[in-house]
Amino acid sequence: MYDPTVARLTYRALLGRRRALILGALPLLLIAISIVVRALAGADDQTASDLLGGLALATMVPIIGVIAGTGAIGPEIDDGSVVYLLSKPVKRPTIIFTKLIVAIAVTMVFSALPTLIAGYILNGNGQQIAVAYTVAALVASIAYAAIFLLLGTVSRHAVVFGLVYALVWEALFGSLVSGARTLSVQQWALAVAQKVSGGDMVTSDVALPTATVLLAVVTVLATWYAGQKLRSLTLAGEE
Amino acid sequence: MAVEHPVATPPGDQTRIHNIGYRTYDGPRLGRSYATRSLYSQSLRGAYGLGRSVKSKVLPMLLFVVMCVPAAIMVAVAVATKANDLPVDYTRYAIIMQAVISLYVASQAPQSVSRDLRFKTVPLYFSRPIETADYVRAKFAALASALFILTAAPLLVLYVGALLAKLDFADQTKGFAQGLVSVTLLSLLFAGIGLVIASVTPRRGFGIAAVIAVMTISYGAVSTLQAIADAQAIDGGGSSGAIPWIGLFSPVTLIDGVQSAFLGATSAFPGGVGPSNGEGAVYVLVVLGLIAASYGLLMRRYRKVGL
Repeated sequence: MYDPTVARLTYRALLGRRRALILGALPLLLIAISIVVRALAGADDQTASDLLGGLALATMVPIIGVIAGTGAIGPEIDDGSVVYLLSKPVKRPTIIFTKLIVAIAVTMVFSALPTLIAGYILNGNGQQIAVAYTVAALVASIAYAAIFLLLGTVSRHAVVFGLVYALVWEALFGSLVSGARTLSVQQWALAVAQKVSGGDMVTSDVALPTATVLLAVVTVLATWYAGQKLRSLTLAGEE
Repeated sequence: MAVEHPVATPPGDQTRIHNIGYRTYDGPRLGRSYATRSLYSQSLRGAYGLGRSVKSKVLPMLLFVVMCVPAAIMVAVAVATKANDLPVDYTRYAIIMQAVISLYVASQAPQSVSRDLRFKTVPLYFSRPIETADYVRAKFAALASALFILTAAPLLVLYVGALLAKLDFADQTKGFAQGLVSVTLLSLLFAGIGLVIASVTPRRGFGIAAVIAVMTISYGAVSTLQAIADAQAIDGGGSSGAIPWIGLFSPVTLIDGVQSAFLGATSAFPGGVGPSNGEGAVYVLVVLGLIAASYGLLMRRYRKVGL
């Protein structure tokens, strides 16, 4: 199910050239802000929770997920070079699975790791906040990577739709309509984080069993459907 | 097809140059400004998907509707409840809808310039009588106009609705004018930032992600820092002087600061305290500086298009 050559090519496509710059800039910004906040405000659990929840989990993880998830397959389909990959005797689901693993790994490294560092800078992991949000970021990475990889195979406007989901649905509708929060990767990840931290600093609107089931179902379904989609891929010219 | 020999050649000549009937163009030449205007109008139409496929009309039109519908609802509520004032200031509207505006810039700035780079059509433009400055100005003006249409249309809806609801004419006109000035600045600033980022990459998807990252992350970071500074100030029993200075680092809060200092808007900053007049001057300078800088950077980017 895992093809090292496909993985190597995907890593190069994701981290090559300027793409790595934006992937690296966001975590650096988060850490820089944490240092500034720590210097200005000192160690404070509420501040740490606000910053990690509002900036790291709500904004940074989805954006890195979009870049890594759609970037793993989108550009290849876009410029048509995916036919060279598809013409090789490698199963299409294997290609998707490999690309998913790579996308998850990249998202985790560039979002969960900085979250952990930022958490330690902000309050030295007081009340398990740093670890809780890191776990949330890890869990969210898996689901985001799977969803956005699927989007990359379905539409050539994958990046836009991914961002619309992450920013408009989760952030805007999620804050206005409470029902929308049940269908939000962010809230599912927070439910897991709530269990980890055990305190009342990290809260979610979704119960833990629902969240884990939904996370697993979404990830598996998205990966399976992306594999199906790739089996019957039609290449369209640029409009 | 046989080659025509319209010119009769004298007999006995062994070597001759065939005149195969090519003609020079002697019609009117429309020139540089016409080409620039065409590029402008094509880019502006393209920003709303006009003259392109149905698929590319969906997103800009959808965002346009999303921008206008809340304004229509507010007007309906104001008319139905016979309120004395609109529920939202003209100047505040764009700040509330900043996510939609950012998405629009992120989706349309790359489609305006990245595809020209990717399909290497830029050299074709420059084989026409237009110069680098014309190309940059046309693209910049087109995206800024598209953004102006996007942000001014809901204000127009609010204004017409307010007049229909027989609200105070002078008051509403003043607010509407202030709102228009604010969205003009916003359009220029967002268009500049979006185009500079998009013109660096030939990949459309990557351009979209980069623009949205700059817009949202900076806004998220600035709002978070401001909220923390505000909380600190309340704990310390005073108001924080740092809040306005932090606001300088994100496009949305920049516009917010300018309009709350000079255009009579109430600030969306935490604590509701916008920059004072002196700080507001810095805001205006930064906004104008950023617009000029993005124009300069674009000129530099397109000075040499070996690509």
